[in-house]
Amino acid sequence: MSGRQALGRRQPIAWRGGDLEVTTGQWACSSEQVADTLVVRVWGNQLSERLGSEGAMLRRFLRLGLGRSLSIREVGTHSGYSILDWDGKVSEFKKKIQSIMPGEPGDLLCDTRHLPPEHSDVVIVGGGVLGLSVAFWLKKLAKRRDAIRVLVVERDHMYSKASTGLSVGGIRQQFSLPQNVQLSLFSIDFLRNINEYLAVVDTPPLDLQFNPSGYLLLATEKGAAILETNVKMQRQEGAKISLMSPEQLQKKFPWMNMEGVALASYGLENEGWFDPWSLLQGLRRKVQSMGVLFCQGEVTRFLTSSNSMRNSSGEEVILRRIHEVHVKMDNSLEYQPVECAIVINAAGAWSGQVAELAGIGKGPPGTLQGTKLPVEPRKRFVYLWHCPQGPGLETPLVTDTNGVYFRREGLGNNYVGGRSPTEEEEPDPADLEVDHDFFQNKVWPHLAQRVPVFEALKVRSAWAGYYDYNTFDQNGVVGPHPLVVNMYFATGFSGHGLQHAPGVGRAVAEMLLEGRFQTIDMSPFLFSRFYLEEKVLEQNII
Amino acid sequence: MDPTEFLRLIPPKWNGGKRGFRDLSGMVAPERKRRTLLQFLSDHFYDVKFLREFMLQKQMQKLYLDNRSFTNIQDRYGPDIAGAFFILQHGGSVKFRDREWIRSDEYKRFSAEVLKFQAVPVEAIDASGCVINYYGLDNLLPLKELRSLSLQRCPHVDDWCLSRLYPLSDSLQELLLAGCPHISERGLACLHHLQNLQRLDISDLPAVEYPGLTQILVEEMLPNCEVVGTDWAQGLRLGPEERPQNTASPIPAKPTARGSR
Repeated sequence: MSGRQALGRRQPIAWRGGDLEVTTGQWACSSEQVADTLVVRVWGNQLSERLGSEGAMLRRFLRLGLGRSLSIREVGTHSGYSILDWDGKVSEFKKKIQSIMPGEPGDLLCDTRHLPPEHSDVVIVGGGVLGLSVAFWLKKLAKRRDAIRVLVVERDHMYSKASTGLSVGGIRQQFSLPQNVQLSLFSIDFLRNINEYLAVVDTPPLDLQFNPSGYLLLATEKGAAILETNVKMQRQEGAKISLMSPEQLQKKFPWMNMEGVALASYGLENEGWFDPWSLLQGLRRKVQSMGVLFCQGEVTRFLTSSNSMRNSSGEEVILRRIHEVHVKMDNSLEYQPVECAIVINAAGAWSGQVAELAGIGKGPPGTLQGTKLPVEPRKRFVYLWHCPQGPGLETPLVTDTNGVYFRREGLGNNYVGGRSPTEEEEPDPADLEVDHDFFQNKVWPHLAQRVPVFEALKVRSAWAGYYDYNTFDQNGVVGPHPLVVNMYFATGFSGHGLQHAPGVGRAVAEMLLEGRFQTIDMSPFLFSRFYLEEKVLEQNII
Repeated sequence: MDPTEFLRLIPPKWNGGKRGFRDLSGMVAPERKRRTLLQFLSDHFYDVKFLREFMLQKQMQKLYLDNRSFTNIQDRYGPDIAGAFFILQHGGSVKFRDREWIRSDEYKRFSAEVLKFQAVPVEAIDASGCVINYYGLDNLLPLKELRSLSLQRCPHVDDWCLSRLYPLSDSLQELLLAGCPHISERGLACLHHLQNLQRLDISDLPAVEYPGLTQILVEEMLPNCEVVGTDWAQGLRLGPEERPQNTASPIPAKPTARGSR
């Protein structure tokens, strides 16, 4: 701003912060070039720092043109402040003013923005797709807006070890349990209408990159009868599955070797794979817009109180109730006790540890108190390879009789696949290092036997992820714990948590808000089956 | 050569597995363009925010209301007539077997002579530009004798809709999908059920990233079908002997129509 322009300024300069006023005015002066000058009336007592660049210019101008014939009143300038730090001081002052304004966080002494709030109605331990799905449905099914305060606590803000991001992303209806089929049917409906469910104003629509190519499950002679009954049940529930004989299969997929295959079930519609990361981000965005709070921290402690009751046969039962959740921050001893009414355990592979913190499983074995949550992390490898003459665009996700699976990835003849190891071969879940020998010895031979073109393939990359493996019966645990009355589970899905997440989230929200499962009856998945030793086995686990 | 071509950073979805296929750059927040008054107010007032969400939901509901099925007509006259009614209601045209095309005018009105064709199956449907979505296709799937289906430039036809077309596999011979903004190669992959297809038009699909490669893969998938789309050489990079001598740039030059620079 040149001196000449400064002379032309006539209007008062309004300043945010309100305690200063700088105006221009006329000053009678002998010099012709200088018609105006600035009269500075300072109501605060810190002129030089508040005016910023205008002040520096002012001073220069005053010194230049009008020095001798003017007496300038600069009331209360502090000679201690230097001009060099001007902008920093101004922004600090503005921040202070803003923090006093209503609606802004007012802790000037200690910054608590990274800590969770002190009270929350529901605390969801675990911010993966299951935890966010529960948060979404809780907010959606609540009768009034903002009736429930929800806090999601996630330890790993990069989701580097979370099962959701590392998942292969498949969704199928070909299960052996009717509830699983219903959950998948609802989830595919959710994914199809995801831009209606997860719409946030002013954000672009979500693209899940769904490949509707279907699943192909192969069965030997022994497994053919079970496959047929399963398909019959799936069709009754409304899934569109077709049974194919080896001849039909050979005609449709000429690249496949039919040795050992007696029957196959092929999903015609509503099955395929998608990008789980975009689902997670979409849920996160929507859930944040609905008012759910996120906190990055680890749950280290539950403060509980216990109450002794007698059941109908006169035995004494100790019921516990969680009152506070201690959330510890990363790399620090700082923790925040969050007072809560309900805790939801959606911690995935680490749900067993979280349940132990609440005292589940601490008791004599064989009793209800002594029944642990049998969910533990199991490492699974996924390999990505390139095969130039491989199966074409119509390839579904093929699951072989011995558990080897593969699917296409993209347009460039790349394939993603793997295999679930047997109990003896289970890798150590301490880290996520990939074992390439597993592919060489256990996966490739079977791949090459089923698809002869896969003899010549080149592995491009591989990664490992965790299954939240339910060692009891490989099906999920949903619903409240019988003794710790305010802990609800949404975990243990052993590799199909992603595809059931919308349905499970809705079931848990219904249980919380209405007291029972309304749409899909998830009572076979309650915790009490571990004590009653009633296995709910799922045969089609990939 | 446009100098800005070098500076254009395209985040690739697939880069040979080096980074993994979680493309975080796709979730970058949209840039703030000039904000309208309503957007500004909704940042500061809950009522305005709620109003905007309500308006968005209403907009989406309108699409579903438009795609309802005519169950009473279906019960009375049969699925063919109901399907024809649905298409004519949306501004498309219908051809019954051995008859001429019946169209509706610009006010979506059509004559009631359609009701006379009760025993005649529908042979061809032209639904270009209609706002049909996944649920609207309910009306078209029971048409067992449909030979030709044209869904050109339909704004709501996407991969999910294509995965639904397999019940028509016995009779469908011609499928036109040119210009649909939401169809990608993933939806085209599930057209392999339509084994009797003789003509497939997949030109001008903006969501397909590599049209040439997609064309080749679809032709391999449907060997009896004439796939009309892009020229498969589109998007092909020149070999080293044909590439213009521009060793200064790290990125190979895109082929231009003029040949060498």
